[in-house]
This record gives sequence, C-alpha cells and structure tokens, in this order.
Amino acid sequence: MTTTNQTLPTKAETRDFNFYYGAFHALKSINLPVVEKRVTALIGPSGCGKSTLLRSFNRMHDLYPGNRYQGSIVLHPDNTNILDPKVDPIEVRMRIGMVFQKPNPFPKSIYENVAYGLKVRGESRRSVLDDKVENALRGASLWNEVKDRLHAPATALSGGQQQRLCIARCLATDPELLLFDEPTSALDPIATANIEELVTELRERVTILIVTHNMQQAARVSDYTAYMYLGELIEYGVTDDVFMRPKKKATEDYITGRFG
Amino acid sequence: MSASHTLSQGIESMEVTTVSDRLSRKLVRNIKERAIEAAMFAAASISVLTTLGIIWVLVSESYHFFEHVPIWIFLTDTMWTPLFSEPRYGILPLLMGTLTTSLVALGVAIPLGTIIAIFLSEFASPRVREVVKPFLELLGGVPTIVYGYFALTVVSPVLQYFFPSLPGFSMLAAGLVMGVAIVPYISSLSEDAMRAVPMSLREGAYAMGSTRFQTASRVVLPAAISGVLSAYILGISRAVGETMIVAVAAGMQPNFTMNPAEPAQTISAYIVQVAMGDLPHGSVGYQSIFAAGLSLMLMTLFFNILGHVIRRRYREAY
Repeated sequence: MTTTNQTLPTKAETRDFNFYYGAFHALKSINLPVVEKRVTALIGPSGCGKSTLLRSFNRMHDLYPGNRYQGSIVLHPDNTNILDPKVDPIEVRMRIGMVFQKPNPFPKSIYENVAYGLKVRGESRRSVLDDKVENALRGASLWNEVKDRLHAPATALSGGQQQRLCIARCLATDPELLLFDEPTSALDPIATANIEELVTELRERVTILIVTHNMQQAARVSDYTAYMYLGELIEYGVTDDVFMRPKKKATEDYITGRFG
Repeated sequence: MSASHTLSQGIESMEVTTVSDRLSRKLVRNIKERAIEAAMFAAASISVLTTLGIIWVLVSESYHFFEHVPIWIFLTDTMWTPLFSEPRYGILPLLMGTLTTSLVALGVAIPLGTIIAIFLSEFASPRVREVVKPFLELLGGVPTIVYGYFALTVVSPVLQYFFPSLPGFSMLAAGLVMGVAIVPYISSLSEDAMRAVPMSLREGAYAMGSTRFQTASRVVLPAAISGVLSAYILGISRAVGETMIVAVAAGMQPNFTMNPAEPAQTISAYIVQVAMGDLPHGSVGYQSIFAAGLSLMLMTLFFNILGHVIRRRYREAY
C-alpha cells in the first residue's frame, strides 16, 4: 500500500468521543482521523468496540434505546458534528454509506436494490436511474454478472454477489464516506478476494473506513490502521508502520498473534 | 494377577446386571413411548376424523338435496325462497349477500389492520405497544353476537343519521362492524410477520437514508409480504364464514343484489335461520342448509388453499 504523510486532508475525525450502551462505557475518549480518499482499518479483538465506533459514524445507534454519544465526530469539509442532536441522522446517512457484516439486500429486484437510495432521495427520472444503476453496478464489478437479469430478485444472487450488490447500492448515491463492517466475514475466500480488490479500487473515489477481524485483510487493503482494545484506541498510524514497527507492546502482541 | 482377576469378575457381574437391567428398562421405556405416541396419534386423529365426518355429512345430505333440485338450478337461479309454497333454490342471492358483506368488511379490515400492524411493529414505542395490544386482543375476543347488536343498535342508527334512506337492516352496517371484528386477526398476524423481518434489513434501509415510513413501507412490508397476505386470507375466510353479525344486522331476506345499502341474507345466516327450526326436519328445505353449508365450506377451503399457495410463493429466505 502506498504510504503517505499525515498532512493529507481528513474526511472525518472523532474528537474525544465516548459511547455508552446504557451504563456500559463502550468507547473511551477516541481521537481518530479518517484520511480522505484512503482506506482506514479498525482492528482489535472481539468486543473491543471497533464495530461500535464504526456504527457511530452514521448514527446507527439511534435505532436502539439507551445508547448515548459524548464528544464529537466531525465530518469535513463542512465541519458538521455528526453527533449534534440538531443534525438530522437521515441527512448524515444520506452522505455516508454502510456495508454490513452479512449481505442484506432488500427483498426486491437487483435493479430496485441499487435504485433504492436514489428513489429515497426523490430521483424518479428513468434515464437517470438507469445510468446510475449501471454505473454503480460497474463500480462494484457486478455489472457483467447481472446485466442480463437486472429484474431478477436480489436474493437469488450468491453471497459474494449480494455483498457486491450492497456495495453498489451505496455507490449509487455517491457517498462521501463508506463504512464497511466486517464485510467479508460471511463470505468464502474467492468472494473475499473480490471484495478486497473492490475496496482497493474504490479508494480512488471514496473515503473508506473498514472494520475487520482479519489482520491480513487490514494489511492488504488499508492505508491506515487503528488498533483498539477494550474500548480504547491503542495505536493509530500508517498501516505498514503499525504492522512492521508497532509503537505499543499491546499492538505488537495482538499483531503477532500472542493474544486476541 | 489379582488386579486382572477382579477386573474380569467386575465385568462379568456388570454384564449380568446390566443386560437384564437394560432390557427391563428398555421394556418400560418402550411401553411408555408407545403409549404416549398412541395418545398423541389419537388426539391428532380426532381433528382429522371430525373434518372427514363434517365433509361426509355435508356431501351425503347435499346429495339428497341435489336429487330434488338440479345442481345447475342451484347455481343459476336468482331466487332463494325455501319457505314459499313454491320454493326456489338458487344460491346466488345468498352468495351475493356473503360476498357483499365480506367485501365491505375487508374494505375496513385490510387497510385498518395493515396500518395498525405497521404502527405496532415499526413506530410504536414498547410502552404504547403494551397498551394497544391487549385492547386489540380484547376486540378479537368480543363475542360476535355482541358485535351484531352493536351493528344493529348503534352503527345502523348512526349511518341512518347521515343517509336517511338506509334501512334498519343493511349489509353496510353489518359489513362495517364485521370489518372491525376482523381487524385484530389481520393486525396481529401481520405484525408478527413484520417483526420477524431481521433487524439487519431495517438497518440496511436506515443506513441508505430512509425515513421510518420508507423503511416500513419499502423494505419491511415487502419482506413480510407472505405473512401479511396469509393474514388477509385468514381475514377473508373469517368474513365469509362470519354468522352472528350478519344474522342480526344484515336482515334475513335473501336479496339478489350487491348493493351494500340494502338488507340481505348470507349463506351462514340462512343456515342459522333454518337450524333454529323454521323448516321441518327431513324436508327438501331443511336439506338445503347442507348444500348451503357445502358451498360455504368450499369457499373457505378455496381461500385456505390460496393462502397456502401464496405463503409458498412469496416466502422470503432472509
């Protein structure tokens, strides 16, 4: 992966961010930059809070009662604090896409899945929809596999294709930031390789934040890596540095497989 | 030496006790298992035998009826007058009464039931749901005869206030109240189907920037459609078979019309009337209730099968 210096513009950053599930303090004073048009990986053992952190970026925690945010997550260039109660979570989610652990295509046709976000945003012109759907499917390298059956149900696709469809569904609306929550944990090795390749291609177009429990994957696809443990951000840096020359003993122990 | 001796002795004695022990235990277990199995089979048989018995009675009695009244007259004649000196047996007026009241009822129950289900499953806070659900269950538990008198003594006069030309007995009043009576069935089954939709689908919809209503109407409802459609089918079956409300509030004269503003008799209401003793046992008129009952059963059977097919056709594998 290309390693670049830290002066690159950031797309988003968390500032002294804390998160609580009821009384449980799940994230503790996280300060994490997300560099624009780069891939940032969140790694760490199960329960370290990496998914919790990722899901804060599009306020997914709002869907469940008893969750509480503290601090801020700032989205650039307009310096919007995503967590501000005055900020409409729907507006936030319009700008930030998310791909989940298990592929979750809607019970609609392939075409309707990709057009969904556009329709929700009020786009109804057929020609625009057709164009954007095709571009999104090409962007997710799925076009050639589905162009002859765009109106077949999405659930008929294989797991790997469904996951790429979910990526296409996000791409159709041109998100500024794309969140991946362990996107390959339910996929076989070949489908995983396809998704990883896709992530590498997409970094040209969109800022990516990816949670993975697979360290090799983090090393392969990311430019920056953040290591988290027990709700704290232990180490953040250029991926090659974090993996080759970790500054903290805890990071080294995890990366070399001594625990986790 | 001594160790191996005691060991072999141990095995021997163990074998002697365990074989007989195991056998006897097995015997007791087998008898118990068989008995339980037989009891369960008997319980299941009762429902099957009852159904077969009903079908046998309906078909054999209808057969005698159709010996006197040709089946094509039964299906095409537009008059149903078994009490007249020159009786005529055309099922169409009763069928139209059944269909009209059912359509009015479903016109109320399907939209209302679906909206309530969406509200309870996707919008209501747990506390609101805890209050609303028992009320719905209560509504579903009210005896239909109570609904019937409610239709006759409350809904009819209210409707007459707005439409003075409406008669005291009307399919409209009966159908509207029957719709309310069916709402709990449709809403509770539809809600179950929608709540069974995995959270990951909702999260996907919200993550795309959907509002609550968009998530509910564009993602959750389509994902639950097979369950929702079977709820509708159950509602249809109940409307077609519903008896007391229409018997009390829709009037008792067979009427060859589909105008809900008129009184009419449904198939089920006719069966009640005759079964209460308006016609002597064994007469052709009396046997006509079996032909009517058979028609009713065929209709509900048709809807049940339709529901089964729809469930299969649209079942969603999450």
